[in-house]
Amino acid sequence: MTCLETFQAYALRSVGIGERLLPKSDITLCEHFVLIGSGMIWNVYFAVLALITGFFLATALAVAKGSPNPWTRKPAEWFIFVFRGSPLFIQFFFAYFFFLGLKGQYPAFDAFTAAWLGALIVLFLNTSAYSGEIFYGALRAIPKGDVEAADAYGMSGWPRFRRIVWPTMLRLAWPAYTNEAIFLFHATTLVFFSAFPAWQQRGDALYYANYFADKTYNPFIPYPILALYFILVTLVIVGLFGLINRRLNRHLPAARRPRLRIRPQLIR
Amino acid sequence: MKKLILSAAALVLAAGMAVAQDKTVRMGTEGAYPPYNFVNDKGEIDGFEREFGDELCKRAGLTCEWVKNDWDSIIPNLVSGNYDTIIAGMSITDERKKVISFTQDYYPPTESAYVAASEGVDLKGGIVSAQTATIQAGFIAESGATLVEFATPEETIAAVRNGEADAVFADYDYLAPIVAESGGSLMFVGERVPLGGGVGMGLRQSDGELLGKFDKAITEMKADGSLNTLLKKWFGEETVTY
Amino acid sequence: MFTYCVDHDTLGQLAWLSCYLTTGVHMSFYLAFLKVLALLAVTAPVALGFGFLGAMAARSHFPPLAWFGKGYIAIVRGVPDIAFFLFFVIALDQAFEWTRHKILCPDWPAEVRQGNDFLVCPQAKLPLGTSPEWVHETYGFFLAVVTFAIVFGAFAANVLYGGMRAVPHAQLETAEAYGMTQRQTFWRVLVPQMWVYALPGLSNLWMVLIKATPLLFLLGIDDIVYWARSLGGTKTAQFTDYPHGDWRMWYFLFLLVFYLAFTRVSEVALERLMRRLTHGQATTGGEAMRRAAA
Repeated sequence: MTCLETFQAYALRSVGIGERLLPKSDITLCEHFVLIGSGMIWNVYFAVLALITGFFLATALAVAKGSPNPWTRKPAEWFIFVFRGSPLFIQFFFAYFFFLGLKGQYPAFDAFTAAWLGALIVLFLNTSAYSGEIFYGALRAIPKGDVEAADAYGMSGWPRFRRIVWPTMLRLAWPAYTNEAIFLFHATTLVFFSAFPAWQQRGDALYYANYFADKTYNPFIPYPILALYFILVTLVIVGLFGLINRRLNRHLPAARRPRLRIRPQLIR
Repeated sequence: MKKLILSAAALVLAAGMAVAQDKTVRMGTEGAYPPYNFVNDKGEIDGFEREFGDELCKRAGLTCEWVKNDWDSIIPNLVSGNYDTIIAGMSITDERKKVISFTQDYYPPTESAYVAASEGVDLKGGIVSAQTATIQAGFIAESGATLVEFATPEETIAAVRNGEADAVFADYDYLAPIVAESGGSLMFVGERVPLGGGVGMGLRQSDGELLGKFDKAITEMKADGSLNTLLKKWFGEETVTY
Repeated sequence: MFTYCVDHDTLGQLAWLSCYLTTGVHMSFYLAFLKVLALLAVTAPVALGFGFLGAMAARSHFPPLAWFGKGYIAIVRGVPDIAFFLFFVIALDQAFEWTRHKILCPDWPAEVRQGNDFLVCPQAKLPLGTSPEWVHETYGFFLAVVTFAIVFGAFAANVLYGGMRAVPHAQLETAEAYGMTQRQTFWRVLVPQMWVYALPGLSNLWMVLIKATPLLFLLGIDDIVYWARSLGGTKTAQFTDYPHGDWRMWYFLFLLVFYLAFTRVSEVALERLMRRLTHGQATTGGEAMRRAAA
């Protein structure tokens, strides 16, 4: 099989399109690259969707945690504490058991034990908690003058939040939020590794790397390839978030623009 | 407390003696695959292979030591020299033979079987669970059924119990005690499938001398019937013997 | 453990539980908690050391060293740590053995790589083939510590690098004005001053380190997740005196509580440390404390 044929057969294997049987013997370097790359589809899927959905919950959590009303503050504090205080690995385990239990009672929860939904929910909640804490910190760091100026213009409530508080919060939180994005992306490798089973050998990049390491008994080829893919996508994330950062700070003179400091954490 | 100090002293002494002796042979196993090998209540490695391996070492005049290792990395760690043998219910296959060498089989070619929660499940088109990276998983992937893979054998069974999978496909001897104790909630379905070339001990390809010693001891045990006694003890009276 | 445990079939519920929870395997489980704590206690300073070296290398005026430092930080941080853990221990082990082989047996006739096998001379083996089991286990633990330290050292390096750059330039200039050499400025001014800037990052890193310990089982250590998984699984009466159903849920709940408590305690302790370090510093926090006191 040439590399092009391999590409046609396996490029979309992780979503179930293409050759059904995985390569079993005489595995080539090309097959390594194609299948592990195919698995990256899932890593990107989990990271992108969890980040987008988590962004909104995180904003709500940050506002709730900053609220003077204990009925909204306490739940937000607890939510953030539980999800930030425990390993994601264990959260996955729990979620899987929990969804299994639900599924046993209500058939409507059928899809939740599959990784594409169940794991996505866990990642969504998890990143919401982490980003919520980041946003909360930013919310407290908003210069007093900004809010006072808004008051002077007669803004209050929702317009003040949307036009003054929220944009400033984002600006302040952006460097830390970039780290969170990278860190969430790396955490997606845990999905098939902890509790959620892989169906019909459709898995993420780590699943296929693991598969190859198992078939060839040589861990020194698939894992470095996996690492390479991750470094590349990490660079893309840094670039994208940098662009957004530029846009968020476009009104500031160039010298005062906060430079993005990338400080991702690998595992949570 | 005194007892503790005494036993600690004994331990140190024993350790010192072990150094004085020859190189010990390190036996790598998984410790999660009863009745072949498992960790008992005391926290020791136990099971058919433990008893069998100890007997082999005695006959071959070797000092042996048991090491636990994850199934996933059991072969890379052997070839890298972290232990000297794999004795973990490993079926002899052509793929594995390319990387390591095997002794003769000490358990006849095994049959794998399906277990389900009810009769009449669709084994060719339904959902079948298997442990990742086993010959069973490979078989299901080719059989046309939908394969669901779990990291441990335990989880493959749990998947059937909670309805995630229609059936589990695994080694017959691993399933038998579980089915027996399930009180009728689990049952064997479909045909049994012979897979693999029997279970053997895996060694590094460059370790011919050690392989010879173990092979000789296995031949002896097969000849005098002591292997059959062990097989019956751990796998029940009806099990296949030599 | 208890004498009445001999008749394990006839026990009352509470007695059964007390026997069950004190079996040898459960002792290994409890021991695993100590292992995790020990690993954290050893890894944290070692990783900090790696981080310090990495940050110093990255700041170096000698370009290859600076590239090395920056490359180390960038590569290790760009890769999910699972990917590292899955092959690093074997790689590290082989690297050590290979080095020892080259030094100890320079005229060994056979190849180190024979087909799939990795064979060094017996003297170079780590640990030596004759060593007792505890040496092997300690060595495995050592490899895990080094792997963790390399990965988290890169993060620490990044934090410390940022901390060093955050020290106000005026302080360094003052040091120079007093006639300190570059080395003296580094050790007497920069290093003591950088901690307050690096501490928030480092405490975050400590939390991340705690939460990375469930992956220890990948490094060949029987950690708490390993035991929780194996103890919680269904046990049939043929192989244990204490058969039970699928109890993984409860074991994991226990782990969850352990981690939550551990991170909470760390949070409080780090908060205190931060207060101490902030004292008298030219930061907003230090200013706030000064005002509160006045």
